[in-house]
Amino acid sequence: MAAPDAPAAARPQLPPARPKGRPPRRSGNSAALLLIAPSIVFMTLLFGWPMVSGILQAFGGPEGLTTANFSRMVQDPYFWSSVGNTLLLIVVMIPIQFVLALAMALLIRAKPRGSSAYFYIWAIPLAVSDLAAGLVWLTVFTDRGYLNSLLASFGLDPVSWLAYDNYPSMFGAVLIAEVWRATSLVFVIVVAGLQSIPKDYEEAAGVFGANFWSRLWHVTLPLLRPSLQTALILRTILAFQTFAVALALTGQNFPLVVGETYRWYTGLQDPNVASALALVVMAVSMVTAVGYLKLLRDQSEAPR
Amino acid sequence: MADISIKGLHKTYPGSTELATNNVSLDVAEGEFMVLLGPSGCGKTTLLRMVAGLDFPDEGSISIGGRDVTYLPPQDRNLSMVFQSYAVFPHRMVRTNIAFGLMMKKVPREEIERKVRWAADLLQLSPYLDRYPAQLSGGQRQRVAVARAIVMDADVLLMDEPLSNLDALLRLDFRAELKKIVQQLGSTTLYVTHDQVEAMSLSDRVAVMKKGQIAQLGSPLTVYEEPADRFVGGFIGSPPMNFLDGRITQQGALEVAGQNTEAPEFLARAAARTGGSPVMVGIRAENIAIAERGTEGSLDAVVEVVEPLGHATLLTVDLGGQTVKVQVPSTVRVSSGDKVGLRFDPAALRFFDTETQLGLTA
Repeated sequence: MAAPDAPAAARPQLPPARPKGRPPRRSGNSAALLLIAPSIVFMTLLFGWPMVSGILQAFGGPEGLTTANFSRMVQDPYFWSSVGNTLLLIVVMIPIQFVLALAMALLIRAKPRGSSAYFYIWAIPLAVSDLAAGLVWLTVFTDRGYLNSLLASFGLDPVSWLAYDNYPSMFGAVLIAEVWRATSLVFVIVVAGLQSIPKDYEEAAGVFGANFWSRLWHVTLPLLRPSLQTALILRTILAFQTFAVALALTGQNFPLVVGETYRWYTGLQDPNVASALALVVMAVSMVTAVGYLKLLRDQSEAPR
Repeated sequence: MADISIKGLHKTYPGSTELATNNVSLDVAEGEFMVLLGPSGCGKTTLLRMVAGLDFPDEGSISIGGRDVTYLPPQDRNLSMVFQSYAVFPHRMVRTNIAFGLMMKKVPREEIERKVRWAADLLQLSPYLDRYPAQLSGGQRQRVAVARAIVMDADVLLMDEPLSNLDALLRLDFRAELKKIVQQLGSTTLYVTHDQVEAMSLSDRVAVMKKGQIAQLGSPLTVYEEPADRFVGGFIGSPPMNFLDGRITQQGALEVAGQNTEAPEFLARAAARTGGSPVMVGIRAENIAIAERGTEGSLDAVVEVVEPLGHATLLTVDLGGQTVKVQVPSTVRVSSGDKVGLRFDPAALRFFDTETQLGLTA
């Protein structure tokens, strides 16, 4: 082939190579659309549609849209006590869980003998279903359970830990069971977060005169903020949904909001009020998550 | 300010059988700038970390200013340190980063402000005091790390390869600046590096380390000119010292590559007694001159490679089968394949035992 002619000959052939009448941009978009289509379908079917139908149900009644379901919900004698119990549980439980998880994670970071074994043992509750955990703790706290047997072996009188008229001990039992069951989630997140912080920062703080508590307060905790934020959001939302443990331990004696949803749906056969309750839980969870994100925003703008 | 006295330090890291430091003893005088120099894995950083209290020795003792600190945690040692990774806190502004150590010591607020301003001026950080480290360049972050260390008025200043993450030009600039600052402060400094140029240019004394031990301790020029063993000579200098297999004949001549030249008195005397012995000859590239072939006292050689460096020309020369680096002035015109004579500066010749590789001296 003659070299000088080659470019001239090739030029007219180029445009037809591109499909006519379809700009390249759109073909790129449709490919992208095709790629996300499965997740759009998935989200619509399993998330969007149930949510819309749930909202409609919450406001639904025999004569069209109404707020009657919400007034029935609020008028129910168990509603406010379930809200109170849920909030009390969250307020008491979350700080305990974070302190415990942080202490455990710091212990692991100090690498004592057998630290990897501790890690797996402490992570085990992650794999236990909440109902199973509730039943296990029931064998501990029930009238003829392990705890009372232990007391008896010391010659002490048994206590009705889960009796409906003994609120503090009932609350304590639910709290202990939930702390046991759900601290591991926070723990795993905090361990992962700690691993991503180079040891240099702590060492530098030590060299510049910071003792353990100052290092924790001025260096480790601020650097751990993103992990703590994630754990806090996850843990709080999940805590609003605490249900099976309390049900297994106390039945109806310690009502929680999601437990009430369950009762309205199955016991009282009223899906509309159940949906209204579920909507309340969702709204509160969303508000909390946004609140945490605002409250714990990183001031240093850019990460490292 | 205080002196550092290190005695018989042994350290093995868990899970390793090799000694990270093997019976290391070192005294750093008050106000001295001591550099620990060595290849990676020689134990220099381990030694520094033990002085800092970030690692504890298995055996031995460390005292700072006469106070035994061997097993004290870092916060009780009154020292300051510049980390290789800088370890500038990403969640703190430059101002609070620099002030961190003073805040931990609960120094009054006005005093902290005065010192931060002083350090920021010294290191040209004043415009950046209210920025976060993520908004700074690597060189600026480095300066923050140094500023944080120098405001402390600590007994001892420790530096762990502080320049190794800077690019070459910045490193050259900052090296001189660092020397000036440390001289101004007059603090006792222990500085770890694997860069021999840094070690030579900064230090009052260098401790060259090898496999957990100090191979040689001395002033930079001593270490450069009179390496204690083959390792030191080969590690320090660019190009490293040439090592040639040679022999001291019974007649008292030095024989290299089958050619004779003059041997020093003390070796000749020993050789006369033992009937000649092999010896390793060390000579630096700049102590070899090119001469006409056949000149009295020169050794015949062939030029293999010519590398002009600008300020000098580096030759790779074949001397009877042994490769020798020769540095000549850039005015000398030679080309590869030239047959030349090599003339060794007799005063610069070093001799090493062929078995122990230790230096031989009179």
